[in-house]
Amino acid sequence: MNRQGRPTAPGLQAQGANESFNTHTGHRGLEHEEPVIFEQGAEGRCGVDLPDPGAFEDCLGGLNRHNEIGLPGLSEPQVIRHFVRLSRKNYAIDLGIYPLGSCTMKHNPRLNEVIARLPGFANVHPLQPVSTVQGALEVIDMVAHWLRALTGMPGIAMSPKAGAHGELCGLMAIRAALEDRGDARQKVLVPESAHGTNPATAALCGYRVEAIPANVRGRVDLGILRERLDETVAAVMVTNPNTCGLFEDEVIEIAEATHAAGAFFYCDGANFNAIVGRVRPGDLGVDAMHINLHKTFSTPHGGGGPGAGPVVFAKELAPYAALPHVNAVDGDYTLIEHQAPAAEESKSFGRLTAFHGQMGMFVRTLTYMLSHGADGLCKVAEDAVLGANYLLARLKDVMPPSFDGPCMHEALFDDRFLIGTDVTTLDFSKALIDEGFHPMTMYFPLVVHGALLIEPTETESRDSLDEFVVALRGLVADAQSGNTARFAGAPYLSPRRRLDETAAARAPVLRWSPPATPEAAE
Amino acid sequence: MRYLPLTDGDRTSMLAEIGVDSIDDLYADVPPSVRLDGLIDLPLHQGELEVERAMKQLAAKNLEAGAAPFFVGAGAYRHHIPAAVDHLIQRSEFLTAYTPYQPEISQGTLQCLFEYQTQVALLTGTEVANASMYDGSTACAEAVLMARRVTRRKNVVVSGGLHPHYREVTKTTLRFTEGKLTPCPPAPDGVEDLAGLIDGETACVVVQTPDLFGNIRDLQPLAAAAQAAGALLIAVFTEAMSLGALMPPGEMGADIVVGEGQSFGNGLNFGGPNLGLFATRQLYQRQMPGRLCGETVDADGRRGYVLTLSTREQHIRREKATSNICTNAGLCALAFCIHMALLGEDGLKRIAQLNHKAAIDLAGKLQPVPGVEVLNKTYFNEFTIRVDGRADRIVESMAGQGVLGGVPLSRLCPDREELADLILVAATECTTDLEMDQLAAALGKAVAS
Repeated sequence: MNRQGRPTAPGLQAQGANESFNTHTGHRGLEHEEPVIFEQGAEGRCGVDLPDPGAFEDCLGGLNRHNEIGLPGLSEPQVIRHFVRLSRKNYAIDLGIYPLGSCTMKHNPRLNEVIARLPGFANVHPLQPVSTVQGALEVIDMVAHWLRALTGMPGIAMSPKAGAHGELCGLMAIRAALEDRGDARQKVLVPESAHGTNPATAALCGYRVEAIPANVRGRVDLGILRERLDETVAAVMVTNPNTCGLFEDEVIEIAEATHAAGAFFYCDGANFNAIVGRVRPGDLGVDAMHINLHKTFSTPHGGGGPGAGPVVFAKELAPYAALPHVNAVDGDYTLIEHQAPAAEESKSFGRLTAFHGQMGMFVRTLTYMLSHGADGLCKVAEDAVLGANYLLARLKDVMPPSFDGPCMHEALFDDRFLIGTDVTTLDFSKALIDEGFHPMTMYFPLVVHGALLIEPTETESRDSLDEFVVALRGLVADAQSGNTARFAGAPYLSPRRRLDETAAARAPVLRWSPPATPEAAE
Repeated sequence: MRYLPLTDGDRTSMLAEIGVDSIDDLYADVPPSVRLDGLIDLPLHQGELEVERAMKQLAAKNLEAGAAPFFVGAGAYRHHIPAAVDHLIQRSEFLTAYTPYQPEISQGTLQCLFEYQTQVALLTGTEVANASMYDGSTACAEAVLMARRVTRRKNVVVSGGLHPHYREVTKTTLRFTEGKLTPCPPAPDGVEDLAGLIDGETACVVVQTPDLFGNIRDLQPLAAAAQAAGALLIAVFTEAMSLGALMPPGEMGADIVVGEGQSFGNGLNFGGPNLGLFATRQLYQRQMPGRLCGETVDADGRRGYVLTLSTREQHIRREKATSNICTNAGLCALAFCIHMALLGEDGLKRIAQLNHKAAIDLAGKLQPVPGVEVLNKTYFNEFTIRVDGRADRIVESMAGQGVLGGVPLSRLCPDREELADLILVAATECTTDLEMDQLAAALGKAVAS
């Protein structure tokens, strides 16, 4: 309680107090309402000072821009204030635990940001003569070396721009290899617990997708997989550890069965954080795997990218990897950007992106790798797994886990603990926002009802985990004791309350438009 | 280890709470035969000081654009980025947030995306834009896939003026699908008969302006021809800054406009990350790939934003999604948005004029150099020169003189012997008169030797 006797703890009473009066400005204390930037401009104002080019005869062939663009004019202080105010409406890993399962929201070291901004990395052009970018090529080669060593796989493609792009790279290499041996196959088997990108990618490669159900232990049903594996199957795509947070304990049998059918074994490496330094996917029989550098190797998610998704390959697939490649001979680096006409050793399926991949992410990744070393990366995996199992242990009496046994780096629960309450997984997760947390992944994976998937990562302290447990246990108690008013329509204490997604999709408004004027209405 | 908060004491007590003796017990599901019993053969951990030292040594092995007279373009451009941009994108709340799946606590990212989408639509002269693609080349490939969905046709006509990387990425993306891709040969003068290649099976025509060689293309006749045949016109640009000076492709009748947005807010970064811009007609918005941010209201009736039309996307539609894209280029889009906000109407028009003027000045200085011919009649901030001799050797020779003098066409089209004497040369607002003189001198020397 504060001196005025009003409650200071978050909850419905505080919400009531908030709603009891309206401010004159619409702001609420430090929570500022911020109009769209297009509503703030003034003609003749500008946030940059540029010299006057003077009069000159242009060479635009008469195709000059005639109409107004419609951009608002703002000064630098206004622009800064606008974006700082907006930033404060976001949750972020720097504010607290970000327990999104299968997203690996770990701390982003600031050294990485400093290094990525060195002009020798940030201000280098991809098409400079190769003799002037030897350090950049060395960085790519070093990251490639670490990734090959950590996965035990000899081939690599560095250019994919994100995880899904890496999947595309992996599957295209597989299809190119199959076609090279004259083996047209039509389908890809994907467990039903897979990320949506897996089937979407397989479809983009022209494959039919067939779902493999999970067994009662939350793993790929090996018996069904074996039944489905035949000469029409090009690849099996498995996430390991899987999205139930479990290690596929029959992974070697899965690989053997896949290979026996003449198919390739693709692994989605989204959950590599659980095993980095402790298990090498190459030892499991994996033929291709993408690695999300923005997950395991800490490059920031940036509100939705940029990411990076290099792909490691087994020997048989390595020649088919996407261009370009970096070659190193005695410390001299060259860049193979084009298919040599008659090169037997390279059968690349082609180019997946302009230029050479996410250099900015490679620099951050290498900084992270050198900081941790082989020993630190091993600890990363162990602490990630320890943290998830600790949460599981502290919660299992009130939130029964979906599957028995230890989990890997994420813990999966379903909504059984909410049966008999009128609280849904969605309400429960949104109530976490009022407690100061970002919700966990919900309703994914699809193999359990009302899934709640929690991934704490290794960069959470024990205190942070304990605080999260207090919030979850408290919410479970609220839900089960009938104290459910706070759940319906939660959150109450966020910059916005629940948003009308149905209306947004029914008549999409994807851009700002000036308010209609009387003249325009004529 | 500075990034790991757990102490050995924490680890011991947490294991006890879990009820196991050691961390190995938590890896019990890993088959014993594949458990590593020692460390992988890689260096051990290091402190900030040591890592910084090692990384600085690597950075020092590169010649950065600010340390030499610089004229390299061909799809990535050196521009001045206002200091405010990098400051703002390093705000924790932007930098370390995830994709805005929980809109109640992601309004910052979402409103920025909404503003970005609006800016892209205005700049390209179209009605709607998405929340970003990986880069211009993948945006181009996705545009072709979208055109095939919209028209239910398969064949694609590609201009010879399309950046070869974009052409290759599109070719790769279509590699395992049905349909024919007809690429025209590169035409340094920008003249080709694309309309003549359109028929009743054509899904789309892909054309770039300014094109690979810098020529500015009038898309209006081609748009009319495509429309008459029921095909879509996809307009591509590799230099978004040109849109500040040129008639926007949407206004010229393009149905889908895609390109590289790196020039606004984003550094060269050796070619990645970049920013794919993607815009189209409202009519086709449900066929767009990627994330879309839309305006709505919250439970209290206040304006707010959400990711919308997600039933097009992989996490809902799985194998029937419009694209497999998930993580895209959010922070690069934010940098674009902030830079555009700083420039505004006047700033954007002026910086575009400064770029164009710099290229005109440069052409004026290179034309008199013996053994050098400026080919373009039209251009924005990049044009093509023909040199006496092999362009790759001349560019290498200039690099030896400390001048980063452009991109030899052979770097992009090694199989085109007829282009082996051509160099793409770019100038921007960063280029000084002195640097132009240095290029003219280095070029003259390289051609003469």
